Amino acid sequence: MAATPKPILIHGGRLVDPSQRLDGRYDLLLEEGVVSKLDERIESREGIETIDAAGLVVSPGLIDIHVHLREPGFEYKETVATGTRAAAAGGFTSVACMANTDPVHDNRSVTGHILAEAERWGYARVFPIGAISKGLLGEELAEIGEMVGAGAVAVSDDGKPVMNSELMRRALLYAQHFGIPVIQHAEDLYLSAQGVMHEGEISTRLGLAGIPGSAEDVMVARDLILLEDSGGRYHVAHLSTARSLDLVRQAKRKGSPVTCEATPHHLVLTDREVAATSFSTQTKMKPPLRSESDRLALIEGLADGTIDAIASDHAPHHADEKDVEFNCAPFGILGLETTLPLCLDRLVHPGLITLSRLIELLTIGPARCLNLPVGTLAPGKPADVTLFDPDREVTIDPEAFRSKGRNTPFSGWKLRGAAVETIVGGRRVVV
Amino acid sequence: MSEPTVRWSRKDLLGIADLSAAEIQLILDTASSLQEIERRPIKKVPTMRGKTVVNLFFEASTRTRSSFEIAEKRLSADTLNFSASGSALEKGESLIDTALNLQAMAPDLIVIRHKHPGAPHLLARRLRAGVINAGDGAHEHPTQALLDAFTIRQRKGRLAGLKVAIIGDIEHSRVVRSNIHLLQKMGARVVVAGPRTLMPVGIEKLGVEVAHTLDEAIADADVVMMLRIQLERQGRMAFPSIREYFQMFGLTAQRLLRAKPDAIIMHPGPMNRGVEIASDVADGPWSVILEQVANGVAVRMAVLYLLSGVHEEAR
Repeated sequence: MAATPKPILIHGGRLVDPSQRLDGRYDLLLEEGVVSKLDERIESREGIETIDAAGLVVSPGLIDIHVHLREPGFEYKETVATGTRAAAAGGFTSVACMANTDPVHDNRSVTGHILAEAERWGYARVFPIGAISKGLLGEELAEIGEMVGAGAVAVSDDGKPVMNSELMRRALLYAQHFGIPVIQHAEDLYLSAQGVMHEGEISTRLGLAGIPGSAEDVMVARDLILLEDSGGRYHVAHLSTARSLDLVRQAKRKGSPVTCEATPHHLVLTDREVAATSFSTQTKMKPPLRSESDRLALIEGLADGTIDAIASDHAPHHADEKDVEFNCAPFGILGLETTLPLCLDRLVHPGLITLSRLIELLTIGPARCLNLPVGTLAPGKPADVTLFDPDREVTIDPEAFRSKGRNTPFSGWKLRGAAVETIVGGRRVVV
Repeated sequence: MSEPTVRWSRKDLLGIADLSAAEIQLILDTASSLQEIERRPIKKVPTMRGKTVVNLFFEASTRTRSSFEIAEKRLSADTLNFSASGSALEKGESLIDTALNLQAMAPDLIVIRHKHPGAPHLLARRLRAGVINAGDGAHEHPTQALLDAFTIRQRKGRLAGLKVAIIGDIEHSRVVRSNIHLLQKMGARVVVAGPRTLMPVGIEKLGVEVAHTLDEAIADADVVMMLRIQLERQGRMAFPSIREYFQMFGLTAQRLLRAKPDAIIMHPGPMNRGVEIASDVADGPWSVILEQVANGVAVRMAVLYLLSGVHEEAR
């Protein structure tokens, strides 16, 4: 990010920064790419650009630690440019992107390519996540050290689980050299098999092959056992079942170094949506939309602190790929441009969690999961800020998305709450 | 035949789950009145003259496809048969593109059989033509359930109050799902049985009783419906061998003694003799298996007739 940006004073907003336990009316001064001052009242002076934030919430820049930017290799679905632009439009100033690209992000040249593209466009910070195994094949470790040296912040074979217990054990051990977490896409492939939706009454009614909740649970349980012996840090991606949540809750009580994330769609929708939409492929993702009791358990997990982050698993696909029979469609939906409105409308406004807790789950929470140097407005920290209007009415319109994808089950939803502006490194992002 | 209490207003027949008891009654009554046509020296009426029906079969089917084709011809519709092998589908064309191409030729109705659940629903949303589901994966096979109900009604005079046992691979059967919906809507009691490895999770939430032995399921049954066991399930952890399957769930004359003396035996076909059903049962006096096939034509004529009427009015 080139020349030093002009100082910005954000004035008159409700500043909520859970990292400093702040929630109140504060002014914020950003200079030379960092937060220079945070106070109840800061006077403007010559050469400072003032943003009037009256009626808005001023938050540390939102962070999504689970996105698929699809570059390199699947640029017809998304690119670093379009994905980060979607991030900015949705209020996100940082994203962490998964390694299931083509070529796979299992070596430092891909890390470098992603970071160079992110730098070139400047819509949001990108923290690349490298593969655990070469080629995502689940056989041998990728060059984790070199990727971390080039800027990778974690490793994951996301999209696929690490099925081999010995490889998982070794990944947990080896990653400790670099102080990074190992992120698991927890799915026992023998149990999920040909499944395309959650196994239960609805899959039985629709005649679709089911993915049992146990496919996730046995993997989380196994990994938590391995973690007890290996040490290191373990993060569960897109946790979706009540039982997995309970396993994580118990492990945390014992002091295990485990964190987990949940997606907005698992917090808002259930397997009933597949039937209600008559087999819409926009309801197909992994893990699948679960039962209502799983969904309610996840909301409890947000409130009691078991869940550390909300992450969207933003998974763009081309419209043609989704315009097929349910069984044939790829798994995944978009998230970056719907997460904030969904969470405000469905979690905060109904009173399930506080605004401050939501912001924690979208800022310092995910930052701690991956050790990211962002997620706080403490003076001296990067000047990444999100301004949003918690009451603005929006209608989700996929045609207006900045993402290349249009694959969302939320098209036409009327929601209350939307991002107004993002600032990255002290620079206002124009989307 | 009672007076129909509803008028048919659906563009498509995608499944039994969405139908009301009155709509089911209407189809069955319409089938009764159309059945007389097959006893005429000239088995044809001009009802659907000038209508085009496309039979779009993406999965091999002899019985269902022939049955639809005969029904269409008896109603004087122009028919086009399209099967997956050698078609554009094999050349990589998507289902939607195939359907849009057919749509461009202005058919009135499309009968579709497809291995994927929801494929007919995808077409129904996108096409002007009416869509009839002739079997979508393990989801539904509405005309099979209708012809089964028609056959039961013919033999028993009613559906309400009967005990119907359905035995076999419940998990992978579209026939069982459509039958569960239909029979319960019409007041029958349904018991399903089969290996626990082929019993789908949550099936009891569809309102049926689940039995784990054949004897328990068929005790005092009025109707015993045997499902085809797909031989390829063996070795996929569903059951260890055909021999063991037959010992546990195969229907023999001896075991049938537990059912009501006037119980009827049904099978949607194709049968595996000696796997799910002994030959003497399949060919015995209890068996109505060939009546099912005969009734299939009348029931499909009724469905075609009702749906083509809707299309006419929509224009």
